[in-house]
Amino acid sequence: MLVVERLCKRFGGFLAVNQVSFELRQGEILGLIGPNGSGKSTTFNLIAGNLRPSSGSIRLEGKEIAGLPAHQICHNGIGRTFQIPRPFRKLSLIENVTLAAYYGQSGAISRAEAYRRAAEALDMVGLPSDESTRTEGLGAAALKKLELARALATKPRLLLADESLGGLDRTEMERAADLLGSIRSKMGITIIWVEHIMGVLMRVVDRVIVLDHGEKIFEGAPAQAAVDPRVTEVYLGKPRA
Amino acid sequence: MTFNRVLTLIGLAILIALPTFIPPYFLHLVIQILLWAFIYTAWALMGRFGFVSFGHGAFMGIGAYVPALLWNYYDLTPWIGIPLSLGISVLLAIIIGYPCFRLKVVGHYFALVTLALSQVVLLSLVAARDVTGGSLGFTQKTVGHSWYALQFPDKGYFYGIAVVLWLIGLLAWQRIDHGISREALEAISEDEDAAAAVGINVLREKLRVTVISAALTALGGAIYGQYIMYLNPETVSGIAVSLQIVFASIAGGVYSLLGPTVGSLLTLSLTEGLRVWFGANFIGAANTIYGILLVLCIIFMPQGIVGTIEGIKARRRRMAKPSAAPSNVRT
Repeated sequence: MLVVERLCKRFGGFLAVNQVSFELRQGEILGLIGPNGSGKSTTFNLIAGNLRPSSGSIRLEGKEIAGLPAHQICHNGIGRTFQIPRPFRKLSLIENVTLAAYYGQSGAISRAEAYRRAAEALDMVGLPSDESTRTEGLGAAALKKLELARALATKPRLLLADESLGGLDRTEMERAADLLGSIRSKMGITIIWVEHIMGVLMRVVDRVIVLDHGEKIFEGAPAQAAVDPRVTEVYLGKPRA
Repeated sequence: MTFNRVLTLIGLAILIALPTFIPPYFLHLVIQILLWAFIYTAWALMGRFGFVSFGHGAFMGIGAYVPALLWNYYDLTPWIGIPLSLGISVLLAIIIGYPCFRLKVVGHYFALVTLALSQVVLLSLVAARDVTGGSLGFTQKTVGHSWYALQFPDKGYFYGIAVVLWLIGLLAWQRIDHGISREALEAISEDEDAAAAVGINVLREKLRVTVISAALTALGGAIYGQYIMYLNPETVSGIAVSLQIVFASIAGGVYSLLGPTVGSLLTLSLTEGLRVWFGANFIGAANTIYGILLVLCIIFMPQGIVGTIEGIKARRRRMAKPSAAPSNVRT
């Protein structure tokens, strides 16, 4: 479904992403993990169109999307959430999501249809879809759900979930992980999940890619990643001789 | 029929009958209030979303000067000159807006770019003194009553035009306010990246509202020029005019349909009232008091006069019906 080839991103003299390549299969949940500064968020932003790659290719179902602006990436079927939730505070919950449903389809649907889809997306994540609920006072978990509902309302074929567990307690993390699992099973959406909390992620993903200093150091099953010496080294440091 | 609709109809009836019972001096003031209200409303179309432009003096100047110059030099009717001036303003809005929006020039930086635009147009008008009369300004050729030249010695005609223009401004404001564009622009004003991530073409939406705002401002400038007949760079363009547009709109309230109109009513009444009160005494005192009152208004009523009144009304409604308060989810 998604093919990333020799992707590079350079900020001045700093190489944030270095020759990263991977493929994503339809219906898969891929975990993209790594310590802080490993390049996972940059890779994510390159796929989502928030950054332009310095070189390399990103193909979605055979179509080159590298360098397209973010709104076009969205129209091509990629939805994303943000690590730190970015709700539109002046709008109500339903307006936030209706906007995504309407513009996610390039305005090709009516406002009423967008509203209906928004209500569906809010139901899916377990948030109220009435007109009066505002974003002020929403807790961390609800804001994460709103991010997810907004992304789902754009009708993505590929969902980029950016640290969906950040700021949540243990129970909320388990629920969020289950929600991502059910989005895949019920809606057939392929997911790339960027996370630095490995425990819960490993339970849900089919495959993981580990990045360190902008390079891919591991790709494989979650169980293998947990025992891979390179992965344990970047997370725990080198064992003493 | 709702109470608001009845009030609207009564208001419209008074507006239609107004020229028959007020003296010419006050009619002149009402025409000016309506024309400036239209221009302030045009500015508020983008100003309310945080796109604070100090460049609208440029669009107004172009709107006023282009048809007048074409009339004076080529006898070209304003019916062609005005669309041309609108076209030039739109082109200028795109030339300035496109790189600004593409390079994410926002906030103070956008204000500075547009401020420069205002001054560029003013200085160009002054520099082209052989054509424009420079800082001395110029008067349009008069032909008496003429629809072709859009000149009417009888103020009643311009009053009618000003009312129609003002209503067009309100209609444009409402179209944007009631459409999904309003929500998109609210989203853009808060977070451009998040707006783009849900599929909003940020560049196009910002350009669209800028172009509409610039075109309407130019139209206001053109009609204002046709009305006053004497054009001077300082009175129809430049930073002073841009600042006047921004301050009066904010004082009235950019988030409310009638806010810019109230801003126009307030500023013009203040200017005229203080001018008449002080007369030739205390030169500059009128402007000083006007400035102080505006500053106080903006500091203590950041939502503007209409916005503050609406806020008080909304608070009272909420207090009367506590169950109607917005619900929130804390999960």
